[in-house]
Amino acid sequence: MKQETEQRTLDLGLPDSEHYSVEHDPDDLWGDSQMIINIGPTHPVMHGALRMVAKLSGETIESSYCEFGYTHRAKEKLGENRTYHQFIVYTDRLNYCSALINNVTYAMAVERLMGLEVPERTVWLRMMCAEIARITDHLICIGINAVDLGALSYFLYGFHQREEAYTLIEKLCGARLTTSYTRIGGMMNDAPEGWEKEVKAWVGRTRKVIDEMDRLLTANRIWHRRTVGVGVFTKEDCLKYSYSGPNARAAGIDIDLRRDQPCMFYKDVQFEVPIGKNGDVYDRYAVRLEEIRQSLRILEQCADKIKPGPIWVEDKRVRIPEKHAVYNTMEGLIHHFKFFMTGFDVPAGEAYTTFEAANGELGFYIVSKEAPRAHRLRIRGPSMFHYQGLDTMVQGEKIADLVAALGSINIIAGELDR
Amino acid sequence: MSYLPVLILVVIAIALGGAIQILSHVLGPKFPNPMKNSPFECGMPPLGDARHRFSVRFYLVAILFLLFDVEAVFFFPFAVTFREYLGINMFMVLEMAVFVGILLVGYFYVLRKGALEWD
Amino acid sequence: MDMIDVEIMLAKVLLIVLMVLQAAPIMAWVERRGAALIQNRLGPNRVGPLGLFQSIADAIKAMFKEDLVPAHVSRFYYLLAPIACLIPAFMTFAVIPMAAPITIEGRSIHFQVADLNVGILYVFAVASLGVFGIIMAGWSSNNKFSLLGSLRSCSQMISYELSLGLSVVALIMVYASVHLGEIVQGQAETLLQLGPIAIPKLGIFVQPLGFLLFLTAVHAETNRLPFDLPEGETEIVAGYHTEYGPMGFSLFMMAEYGNMLTASGLLATLYFGGWQMLPGFAYVHGALGLSGNAHILAGVGLQFLSLLLKVIFFMLLFVWTRWTLPRFRYDQVMDLGWKVMFPLSLVNIFITGALIYLGWI
Repeated sequence: MKQETEQRTLDLGLPDSEHYSVEHDPDDLWGDSQMIINIGPTHPVMHGALRMVAKLSGETIESSYCEFGYTHRAKEKLGENRTYHQFIVYTDRLNYCSALINNVTYAMAVERLMGLEVPERTVWLRMMCAEIARITDHLICIGINAVDLGALSYFLYGFHQREEAYTLIEKLCGARLTTSYTRIGGMMNDAPEGWEKEVKAWVGRTRKVIDEMDRLLTANRIWHRRTVGVGVFTKEDCLKYSYSGPNARAAGIDIDLRRDQPCMFYKDVQFEVPIGKNGDVYDRYAVRLEEIRQSLRILEQCADKIKPGPIWVEDKRVRIPEKHAVYNTMEGLIHHFKFFMTGFDVPAGEAYTTFEAANGELGFYIVSKEAPRAHRLRIRGPSMFHYQGLDTMVQGEKIADLVAALGSINIIAGELDR
Repeated sequence: MSYLPVLILVVIAIALGGAIQILSHVLGPKFPNPMKNSPFECGMPPLGDARHRFSVRFYLVAILFLLFDVEAVFFFPFAVTFREYLGINMFMVLEMAVFVGILLVGYFYVLRKGALEWD
Repeated sequence: MDMIDVEIMLAKVLLIVLMVLQAAPIMAWVERRGAALIQNRLGPNRVGPLGLFQSIADAIKAMFKEDLVPAHVSRFYYLLAPIACLIPAFMTFAVIPMAAPITIEGRSIHFQVADLNVGILYVFAVASLGVFGIIMAGWSSNNKFSLLGSLRSCSQMISYELSLGLSVVALIMVYASVHLGEIVQGQAETLLQLGPIAIPKLGIFVQPLGFLLFLTAVHAETNRLPFDLPEGETEIVAGYHTEYGPMGFSLFMMAEYGNMLTASGLLATLYFGGWQMLPGFAYVHGALGLSGNAHILAGVGLQFLSLLLKVIFFMLLFVWTRWTLPRFRYDQVMDLGWKVMFPLSLVNIFITGALIYLGWI
């Protein structure tokens, strides 16, 4: 056994000193001065394990190719091997910066297939969860983008609010990052009393911080020079690469699934969809910053409109049995056992449910053959599509621009690799 | 004689730097393995060597610096005596203006030739 | 030169060594606590009171970490590079005058380690040696990120050296000396008399543009944000010290903080009157009611304190800048150096010449 491990560590395909030289044409002076360099998978700029191989001429990226899959965990296959209920946990690990949105979208997808209508309070709760998650995600994105360009303080201003948001989420479900808060046909549990008021207070505080962040960076000359006209991805490119979400909006594509395919109660709240023009790093930053403000606005309206009420559907199939029934009655115990061991059958059919996640269109395509497990579960993660465009985006720009561009499209490895 | 303390400082710096490196070499544990000994290239086997020709831009900067810095050095004696000579005659000032003129011609030549474009 | 002279010299050398050596741990602490203050968090506060011993703990930890010299490096230059960086950091502070020269019992004492008549030229000459250490580190590491980092650093430092030198030329024209002691003394003269308040002829008042140019250039020379491309963490991993172990890295950091100390010292000396007492200190000096040697020594102490406060102010300015601004891109740094700073420093020389000709300064 020991020998085997040793063999493995030695045989890493490392070049040894004898053939440790690059072959080159002595007359090709220009081509020879180019440098091929690995950026990633363990590079500070690659958020998550991404890899880019770039051919540099001086500091300019002549050409490059992107690689991913370092955090592939076979999520879609897992979806075929876990019951619908069990899969909720896996959705947390898609875009872990906004886990609640994934939870909500997945729950909506399965409910749609089963034809369930969740109670009003649950819908409001889910909307609030989605908006809080969107804010945390955007705070991370613009913050990390600023860190990549050297402005660490900006990031930590936002991080403080993000921590407070996580505390609010923790009050709902006990977890901060991997929430698993939704259930099919309801929620894990109701929000604690006075939670809406706390959210409203947090919204007020966050507004001030966002204004402060805006003042700190948005008008900064260096920030402008680093972001305006950098990593441009035009409207045509966006359409070609199937961009969605803030990245597409920054290029001037007026789409927002919350407005265009209203689900939940998005019709009943007022919000605007910010649109950029040039599709550069600055526009993506500005769109995200404005979206945080709009999300805060939505949150405030939700907090006003949410009313006490039931949070579970009246459907015995999906409803998790009450604890006192489980401990006190035989039927309850059997129900509990059957629910968690075999799960519930979902009627045959297929459905694609999308929702505007923080990064763009998040979709769950589920094919059901009347079984407790999905026949096929396909996840459309927006990062996947955004990452494909990175090569085009950074061609002919500097390494430093790659940093800015990658930070601005907000690639989340969990969602990209799945 | 006034350079003696400088020499002492140099010796102290070398001794200190050397001592720290030796000390940490002696005190630290050693667990070398082939992976650790390979150049850091983001966890992948390196693509080629770091030691071959690199972009000529960097070289150009060095050449330009050499030219302009040597020219700039001539400013210092002029600057020290500027006040003194100002009262005596204006010839030195005119001379310096011509010198700066030549320097600027060179500067604009370089600028026009695109040697200062860092694309 | 007798024994006492030698002793005085050694004492001054010791002071410099201690200052440079202390600069690294204290500044590391100030930087972390300062960052925490700016960013609404606590910062290191566990080791010792207010986390003051954090740097010592870090040094001990670094000392006992594995100090690996990778197989692919050029061993000699790899080990020499941090020392080559450290030498100029130690040498440059030597010429900065820390108090006015005094005479005690017929013996005149200069409060600068090396009283060189070339003064500021020596600083420039020695400071540019720092580039060698960085180039050595980058080349000997045999790593692409190191090489890119050191090339960036080298072209950045030499580009800004030009503006650094030229911005000081104008200052030298005003004070007609390259000797730092004389420059400081020149700043005691009165520039303008506004009723009872005499505005001294400080560098900042006679050379506002030159001060800004110099400030920008020293930021670039010491590789601090917004010019920290050589270490530009997110782009080229850790720049020229990517392949270095804990102590090699610590030595580079020490050199960086030493350079920062010198840069702050120069800023204070050239533009803020060096050891000239801060307003109110002269009153305190008189109010102490001392006489004879004690009076002179108290003056020295207050002058040294004034310089120290000014240096601390600039060190804090460095920290403040670092945690406020984003980083430039490489080509923007070079553009700023060659297309903005260089012409501006020439213009500054012309303006200064004209003002001197008109007799205004």
